[in-house]
Amino acid sequence: MDLTIAGIRLDVTEEGYLTDVSQWNEEIAKEIAQKEDIELTDKHWEVISWIQEQVKNEVALSIRGIKKSGVLNIKEFYALFPGGPLKKATKIAGVPKPKSCI
Amino acid sequence: MRIGIILHQEIRSLTNAHISSLNLNTTMKNLLILGAGTSGTMMANHLVKKLPKKEWAITIVDQYKTHYYQPGFLFLPFDIYSEEQVKKTGKKFIPKGVNYIQKKIEQIFPEENKVALEDETVHYDILIVATGSKIAPDETEDLLGPLWHKDIFDFYTYEGALALRNKLRDWEGGKLVVHITEMPIKCPVAPLEFAFLADSYFHKKGMRDKVEITYVTPLSGAFTKPTCTTALTYLLDEKDIKIETDFAIERVDNENKQIIDYADTTVPFDLLVTVPTNMGDEVIERSGMGDDLNFIPTHKHTLQSKEHDNVFVIGDATNVPASKAGSVAHFQAETLTDNIILFTKGYKLKEEFDGHANCFIETGKNKALLIDFNYDQEPVHGTFPFAGIGPLKLLKESIFNHWGKLAFRWIYWNMLLKGIAIPFVSRNMSFKGKVFDIKAEKQHV
Repeated sequence: MDLTIAGIRLDVTEEGYLTDVSQWNEEIAKEIAQKEDIELTDKHWEVISWIQEQVKNEVALSIRGIKKSGVLNIKEFYALFPGGPLKKATKIAGVPKPKSCI
Repeated sequence: MRIGIILHQEIRSLTNAHISSLNLNTTMKNLLILGAGTSGTMMANHLVKKLPKKEWAITIVDQYKTHYYQPGFLFLPFDIYSEEQVKKTGKKFIPKGVNYIQKKIEQIFPEENKVALEDETVHYDILIVATGSKIAPDETEDLLGPLWHKDIFDFYTYEGALALRNKLRDWEGGKLVVHITEMPIKCPVAPLEFAFLADSYFHKKGMRDKVEITYVTPLSGAFTKPTCTTALTYLLDEKDIKIETDFAIERVDNENKQIIDYADTTVPFDLLVTVPTNMGDEVIERSGMGDDLNFIPTHKHTLQSKEHDNVFVIGDATNVPASKAGSVAHFQAETLTDNIILFTKGYKLKEEFDGHANCFIETGKNKALLIDFNYDQEPVHGTFPFAGIGPLKLLKESIFNHWGKLAFRWIYWNMLLKGIAIPFVSRNMSFKGKVFDIKAEKQHV
């Protein structure tokens, strides 16, 4: 599926996740966040880079993993990305939706 | 003179005996299996037939006497199965020729190829870790509070399922909440089956109107696989089961009888049936071999440990992204048996295991669904195990599937544990007789 975000034509999944992380940039993140009713603060950006780092190192993302992130606790994570924080944060970070559902 | 000859011969024969016993010790190799649950027992049965007896001694360790038929824990609370139908003495299933040690495992020392038991140390040449997974209710704040096993129950242990059965027998109704704490869990469809069977159970007792059933999950839908959610969500409406998704529990409020999540959403209950966090055994943590949840990093196609070449992991103890279920362990056992033999001969391992799972889902009222999937392939429509014939239908409710699930208890005790191949069911997922485009299938219906 194609989608134009921040003026760039992107490959995305049916749920709107980028299929190619290398296409990601901060403008794209801002626009995806806006659609989710989230305004990105410094703390959001910190979480986004932490998530991207985890994915780069092939560490599986989970709510439990947030406890050990050293960036924020689960409660703060929910406050920053209300609703499904892991789903929303990964979408904004341009990484695949976590497969914690097996 | 004569005496001298005899003495000389005796000394020689003694020396020979001594040398041969030394040879025995140096040439005999040890394969050690930790855990005599579904996976460990299957591996003992497979390997005793395959490993040359003159070269390999097989030992299995488990501290518990009783082997439980865990799929039966789903039926125990509803008085469908009795206590006797879900447990047997584990030793009965360990084959002759395998040394069975009933002791607690203290620690594995993978760098030194040895395992410390409560009062002895066992050395191994090859280790198979089959220590499984279990519930860890202490991971959730106040879950083990005053209501535990009074108004809050698990059904993943024998004790929990039994206590819940006794509670349900006289329960007068109210809010029943069926809840999953976090993934992964053993048998991921079991909580949903529990909700379906509860609907049936209360109907049968003539009190369904007195019970409100809510299904609370950390996932975005009732099913763990998107295709199942598409094909099967109607079941929840049909059974009047409410659903609360994306609920990541923070704590239990025992006083006000409610569960609270990190986003401060609350779900009140009169009776809470929860699946607590599932974790690998503590011995994995003590041995420093696991991840956050004590599951061992394992190569997903060969089942070799990622850290140690002579350590293999099977069943719920692994971190592979397959369902934690007996059917998965059964398929893994076949691949792992071949790989152990290849490993003993110094050959390259087969990268064969594909994550194949095959699960019956009880939907209540004597019907069940059957799903078949692997690492890459979502559950599909079609027939099983024979293309076009079945008799079992994939992703569709049928009475035949329910019989299949009940028959499975016999298969488990009499065939599966003993490592007898189940006819026509292959270790890798078969693509025959299956429809891979669900949308196309729906248009036909």
